[in-house]
Amino acid sequence: MSVVFYLLAGVTVLGGLTAVLLKNTVHCALALTVAFAGLALLFLELDAQFAGFAQILVYIGAVAILVVFAILLTRGSETPKDGVFSRTWMAGLVVAAAVFAGLGWAVIQSAQFLPHETGAPPVVTVEQIGNALMGRYVLPLEIVALLLTAALVGAVIVAMHEKGDIK
Amino acid sequence: MVTMLDQIFVLLKHWLVSFLPLGLQTPVSVLISVVAIIGTFPALFALTTVLERKGLGRIQNRIGPNRTGPFGILQPIADGIKSLTKEDIVPLSADAVVHFMAPLVLVVAVFMGFAVLPMGRNMELVDMDAGLLFFFAIGASTELSVFMAGWSSRNKYSLLGAMRAVAQMISYEVPLLMSSVAVVMITGSLSLVKIVAAQNQYTWGLPHWYIFTPWGCAGFVMFAVAATAETNRSPFDLPEGESELVAGYFTEYSGFKFALFFLGEYLGMFSISGLGATLFLGGWSAPLQALQFVPSWIWFFSKVMLSIVVLIWIRGTLPRLRQDQLMNFAWKFVLPMTLLNLVDVGLWRFLGEGWIRWVVCSVLMLGAYVLMARAGMRQEHFGPRRYRYADS
Repeated sequence: MSVVFYLLAGVTVLGGLTAVLLKNTVHCALALTVAFAGLALLFLELDAQFAGFAQILVYIGAVAILVVFAILLTRGSETPKDGVFSRTWMAGLVVAAAVFAGLGWAVIQSAQFLPHETGAPPVVTVEQIGNALMGRYVLPLEIVALLLTAALVGAVIVAMHEKGDIK
Repeated sequence: MVTMLDQIFVLLKHWLVSFLPLGLQTPVSVLISVVAIIGTFPALFALTTVLERKGLGRIQNRIGPNRTGPFGILQPIADGIKSLTKEDIVPLSADAVVHFMAPLVLVVAVFMGFAVLPMGRNMELVDMDAGLLFFFAIGASTELSVFMAGWSSRNKYSLLGAMRAVAQMISYEVPLLMSSVAVVMITGSLSLVKIVAAQNQYTWGLPHWYIFTPWGCAGFVMFAVAATAETNRSPFDLPEGESELVAGYFTEYSGFKFALFFLGEYLGMFSISGLGATLFLGGWSAPLQALQFVPSWIWFFSKVMLSIVVLIWIRGTLPRLRQDQLMNFAWKFVLPMTLLNLVDVGLWRFLGEGWIRWVVCSVLMLGAYVLMARAGMRQEHFGPRRYRYADS
């Protein structure tokens, strides 16, 4: 755990917190982008180049843009008068804490089943990731691809003009 | 002597660094490279603004700037002083923080793209294993700065411009990525250094550039189209269509912040031209084996400047596209063609050496182009334009 890790973790957590606490929805989306960027940098700090860059490309390049578009096209960016917190925020907090605790417990428990590694972890190249995706993990990859295609087709159908509509 | 000229900047850096204690050498060496990038490309930007204004002037039968210095070459200095001394006006209702951050995010993100471009033999800041992915990841984050600029200005022209820009950049990023994937498939690496090294071979004195293959030629054309759209250049300059949107997403920027947007746009052109040269035009390798004595960095920068000149030429020649034409072109024509190009690359790879793969790959791409163009033209209803709301 180096200084860099603590800096990046701080940035990420701060980004996440501001995303929840700010009043203006677009500001929240931008703060969320900071959290995404922090996560990407954490991946890079762990020498996971591919995961880090994919995180930037997908989350900052696409998801963040999608979020701001959705905000602008639906609700407008005006701050609601009666505050940003919903009335059931306590229950939400409890659910979030429970999920976090469950995940944390699972991660900590799984550590003892992994082989104990000594020394520097091996550097994984993009080529190895590609071979793994196309070889051993080809079935999950194809399932994800099918799911995404289905989502894409669904989105197109939702957005399509009805018959007889003026173009 | 030839090697020395070729490596002159690398040697210069090593010589400068050698005066320092051992512990400082690596950080200072990186710092020198960064300063070189931050110095070179804005200088090129200054040069390009004159070139563009003179060139466009000539195309439009004007003279262009000719008052500052001989032939007007000191014009960028005058422009710089002007934008530095202008008042920085921020609209009262603007979102001050986001409004301030947008140009900074843009320029920083654009500068980072240069980190992976090999600008000559041994002249790259970092040789990343996933260099191409890094370039696109950084390029994707410029979209957010465009949105930040447009939204924070609280101006409908700015917001419309930003929405157009973001929609356009997202649409054309897909073909841009897809046409680059073809190169990655042949090279087997995402590292730009390895991509250039694979093209730096010669047969009968001619280079192995990817543009000289059927799939590479088609890929380069689609890459060029997508890159032009990605940098919001004419004929894809709808986001700042001055006849409709004042200046698009940077309408409310003045003074040096406006200059930063201008700088960001041109630096984006340089970096995407550099990427195109690296992927398809052999990067820093010489166009003929006999010309290898010319330093590699001269070749890289000539290719970049040649692309810039072509972009200026296109800007002076073509009219602007309409929004629906822009989107249809991206999704219904360029994207299917890039997907087909991937099949073409696969065929090229597995048909083996010989003339068969030249014929098969060329016929596939040309045939698809002709058929798709025909089909597209048949669907297009030429005649008076029908408006959705303004008619009747």
